[in-house]
Amino acid sequence: MDLVVQGLVKAFRLLLSGDPEVLEITLLTLRVSGLATLISLFLGVPLGLYLAVARFRGRELVVGAVNTGMGLPPTVVGLWVSILLWRNGPLGMLGLMYTPTAIVIAQAVIALPVVTGLTMAAVQQLSPKLRLQVLALGASPLQFWWIILREVRFGILAAVMAGLGSVISEVGASMAVGGNVRGYTRVLTTAIVLEVSKGNFDMALALGFVLMVLTYSITYALTIVQQRRRRW
Amino acid sequence: MTAVLEARDIVIKKGGRRILSVDHLAVEPGEVLAIIGPNGAGKSTLLTVLACLDLPTSGAVFFHGRRVTRANALAVRRRLAVVFQEPLLLDTTVLENAAIGLKLRGRRREAEAKARAWLARFGVGHLAAQQALTLSGGEAQRVSLARAFALEPEVLLLDEPFASVDVIARAGLIQEFKSILSSTGTTAVLVTHDFREVSALATRVAVLFDGTVQAEGPPEAIAAHPRWGALADPRTASGAGSGGCGWH
Repeated sequence: MDLVVQGLVKAFRLLLSGDPEVLEITLLTLRVSGLATLISLFLGVPLGLYLAVARFRGRELVVGAVNTGMGLPPTVVGLWVSILLWRNGPLGMLGLMYTPTAIVIAQAVIALPVVTGLTMAAVQQLSPKLRLQVLALGASPLQFWWIILREVRFGILAAVMAGLGSVISEVGASMAVGGNVRGYTRVLTTAIVLEVSKGNFDMALALGFVLMVLTYSITYALTIVQQRRRRW
Repeated sequence: MTAVLEARDIVIKKGGRRILSVDHLAVEPGEVLAIIGPNGAGKSTLLTVLACLDLPTSGAVFFHGRRVTRANALAVRRRLAVVFQEPLLLDTTVLENAAIGLKLRGRRREAEAKARAWLARFGVGHLAAQQALTLSGGEAQRVSLARAFALEPEVLLLDEPFASVDVIARAGLIQEFKSILSSTGTTAVLVTHDFREVSALATRVAVLFDGTVQAEGPPEAIAAHPRWGALADPRTASGAGSGGCGWH
């Protein structure tokens, strides 16, 4: 119990003193995970909309893959992205291995099926007749998708929260493709792992506390928007 | 006189099965054409095709004599309005729901004023600022009707629009709707299996059975018809599709 208290005290000290290293790690975590979530949104929302309404041979296989991907182990993603980005790999010439960009790519891969799957589920909750009604209102194809997107906005907010949650808390992929390089690719989760391995439990707890506060603050802000219009 | 909306040699097949086969059906300007028939007769499918929401497997719909194709379907849809059995309101305010169709047509300036006027006309003007999904079934359907009329459509297509309204409110709404229809002179196509709605609103009736138009005529003539008169009888109308009436 003393350890936990020490950790909390240290966390407060770190936060209040504005420790430059913790601040840097926190900002990098925010930048990397925020960007990865944004990329997953840009790709996952249109893909989710498409999969919700499209009819094509093998659709179930794709949907099954997306649903499986929602539980994709970050370590496996890290392994595959490493193979792609490694010096001798197919994308080795880009020189992205052990850079923040590599972590963004890996995290975007982790968040993509989460955002796609939840967007698809949100659209499928709508009445199928709404499609006809929106078309009957005179919507062009672009206007149609805009309206459908607006109708599922709270579902997409849930997808953002789940996507961000899945990447900000992962460690396997960040470690594999980022390498936990101090001052360059060290994010909160990889820093925690390092501190634990060194036996600095109070520091690990402090960083864990920072991570939790960070995640909770973002999720809380999104939750306020989402729950403003609750119907139940 | 050229028909506003006309279906010629329409065939719709789904899963290899022919579910609709209409040789000819025309909607003349100013008339209220009721399409009646038992459940599963193909009424809603026909309405979907007439509303240019679905293209037929073969045959075509003509709007003011011009064939509706994939290329001009949106332009035609923007001159029509459709009210479905469910209100299908969007998750926004009542006012925004009533104004959305005009906004989609780029008529943003007049949209809200027109929407407010039509909401008031259907007795739900006081609900303009309310979230649409908090409305009762009757209120929501009034908003749905106001949304359609705000578009000032050349043809209003209605698919059992009063079915989701409770019995007590229904009679009043039908009377209001009738008065608005006659004051605006709106051409309408009404799909229903309730002959009371036909008697109150329609100027002409088409009987649809097994996907084909079996008879056309004034409501009184259909009600008096030895074969189709059963549709006017509320005791037999809803079960008429079972084949128990010996029509075929």
